[in-house]
Parts: sequence; C-alpha cells; structure tokens
Amino acid sequence: MSSHSIEIILSRQLADNLSIPVFIVDPHGNLIFYNEPAENLLGLRFEETGSMNVSEWSTIFKPQDENGKLLPAEDLPLVQTMATQAPAHGSFWINNLNGLLYQISVTAYPIVGRPNRFLGAVAIFWKTLEK
Amino acid sequence: MKITIWGCRGSLPSPGPEKNIFGGNTSCVQLEYKDTCIILDGGSGIQRLGASFDSKIKEVNILLTHLHMDHIMGLGFFQPLYNSKIKVNIWGPSGSAESLEHRLRRYFSPPLFPIRLNELPSHISIFEINNSSFNIGELQIKSEYICHPGPTVGYRIEANNSVFVYMPDHEPALGSSHFPDLPEWTSGYNLAKNADLIFHDAQYKNSEYANRIGWGHSSYEDAIKFGCLAKVKKMILFHHDPLHTDEQLFKLYYQTKERMHVPFEIELGIEDKVYELP
Repeated sequence: MSSHSIEIILSRQLADNLSIPVFIVDPHGNLIFYNEPAENLLGLRFEETGSMNVSEWSTIFKPQDENGKLLPAEDLPLVQTMATQAPAHGSFWINNLNGLLYQISVTAYPIVGRPNRFLGAVAIFWKTLEK
Repeated sequence: MKITIWGCRGSLPSPGPEKNIFGGNTSCVQLEYKDTCIILDGGSGIQRLGASFDSKIKEVNILLTHLHMDHIMGLGFFQPLYNSKIKVNIWGPSGSAESLEHRLRRYFSPPLFPIRLNELPSHISIFEINNSSFNIGELQIKSEYICHPGPTVGYRIEANNSVFVYMPDHEPALGSSHFPDLPEWTSGYNLAKNADLIFHDAQYKNSEYANRIGWGHSSYEDAIKFGCLAKVKKMILFHHDPLHTDEQLFKLYYQTKERMHVPFEIELGIEDKVYELP
C-alpha cells in the first residue's frame, strides 16, 4: 500500500473538517474520498462503498436534468474538470440512495501540485431544491 | 552508509552552555557511502562539516529538504563552495512559480549575503526535484513532498538493502482525524515505510504542539506514532526546539519512553553522533 500525494492528503484533511459535501477523485477519475456531509446528502457511507470508478459514481445517483432526462457522465462538472483540468460548475438533479430527489449545484476544480502535476480533482456541492 | 549529524537543532542556531550535549547547530547531516558524499540540508552545522572536509572528495551533493533559513543559512559558509576544484551539486524541491535557482539566489545576494551565487568559485549545478527517483553514485534516492509549509520534500536513501530516511521538518498529523491509522492518507508514509533508520521531526512536547498546529512540526508523540505506522526500525528524534535545553530534552525523552509503548529504538539527535548502516 502506498500513500496518496501530499496535495490529495491535505485536500482530504480539509474536506474532513468541512460541513459542506466534498468529493475527491484521483487522476484517473476514481472517487477516493467523500466526506460526512456528502454521505448524508447521498445516503451512502464511504466506509461501505470504498473507492468507486468514474462509471460507478457518475451513474449511481442517476444525474438528470429538470425534465428527468438522464445526463451523460461528460456533462457532470467533475468529469469535465477531469477532462479539461480546469474548473467547472453546473446544476442538476440526483436521486439519493434513500429515494429522495435533490437538485444540487456543483463546483469542481483540479488539484495541480508543484510543479504542474495533475493529481486529481475536488468537487464541492450543495443541495438547492428537494422533491 | 555512514551518517554523521552536524546539526540537529530546529528553527534557529541556539548555542549555549545549557545545550552543550545536543548542540545548537541547525539541520545538517552527512551521508558517506563508498566514494559518494551527500549532505542533507545546509543549516549552520554545515560550517563545521566544511572545515573538516576530506580533501580527497572532489564532488559533493547537497540535498535540501526546503529553503527555510535554518536549512540553508550555513551554505554561504561551506568551505568547498570556495574551492574551484570541487564540484557541488545542489538538489532541492520545485516550487509553484519561481525556480530553485532563483530562490537560492535570494539568499546568495545582498543584503542577506555579500557574495552572489555566480561569484562562487566552485562549479555549482542545481537540480530541481519533486516526487522523484534518482541515483547519486550507488545510492538510490526518492524524494516526495511532505506536510510542511512551502515546498518541502523528505528523502529516502537506499543502498545495499539498507534504508535511511530524512524528514527533519514534517507534520503528518496536521488536520487529520485519522492519524495515525491510514497509511495511504498519511504524509511521508511512502518514504518512511520499513526504514532501518529515520531522522524525524520531533520539535515539540505535546502541550507545545497544541498551540503550534500548522507550523509544520511534530510532537514527540506524533513522531513516534508515525514511526509505528511506517514500521521503522530506529528513529532519531530530530529538529530540537531552540528553547529546549539538554536537561529538558532528556526529561522529554524519558517521559515519552515511559508513557508510550515504542516498538522500535528511539534516540535523541546529538551533534557529532555517527550511525552506520550496512
């Protein structure tokens, strides 16, 4: 077992101390951590799921537009950030695993360490509407 | 590998009669292996090293962990830099914007220092590293950024199946609610894993650390917990606080040994102490 880079470790330590939901993915898009506020919103515990690859986490919550049309993974801000290594922002609806439908707003940003090493990305998100 | 401590004090040189045993010079460690000479950090201890430098050595590699003053303040007083027959290679961490050479030039220039880097007679080459692997002679070296303010790396040096690790400034517990349980989420773990000998930051007693979180240093307890996680075989507690006297260091050491179960050997760093690894 090897440790993550210090930039990712410090991102997690920050996320651990925040009361807004945070996702952290590695350079391959694997979801390597989400914090307790994210667990509450998504209805899922990190200890139970462990790491998830991009095809899992981008579909498990059924991201959809306001008309209920499922969104392709590439429309999600975090996936866009992974592709462009640039910040991205968007709003969409998700089904959490407790059966609730939430509209969430997501801002994703890349983690670029010294000197210009792309190490992954972070998404912060918050609930804007609930059905 | 022969490893000599020329300075193990943190933050500020602090000589004085009450510090005669452990010494007052800041971080500087010499590692010799066959014909290779490596110096880890250029704190004030490097001055004494330079004064007794083996005249047969024609090339020296200085590996800087970071550029805080206590780790570079002795460079300008290192005699081999003024000897045109000695080649000096300086290795250090990349920053976000400014090059390592530019950052070093800030020290080697007035008003901090009268002589500029390009005025030194020695042949100096500068190498930037990050999470890197490289060889110097027969030594295999790994560097990785670790938790300390500003660009800071630790070093893992291997030869002949022996592993020496140098992390004089390191705060692995910073902000972590899980320290020291999760190796993959612990700064410095990759470098320290199964080390035969590690020099690790232990600047504070626990009560001091509580008021200095985020300053980039460890308490005795956290250093030892980190050593347990990494399963090191021997740890030298390093980077002593400049205010800690010999008496206080001894007291801290014995209190820590009494309070904690330490499953490996620990010692306090002492100037002039020599360690040998096969």
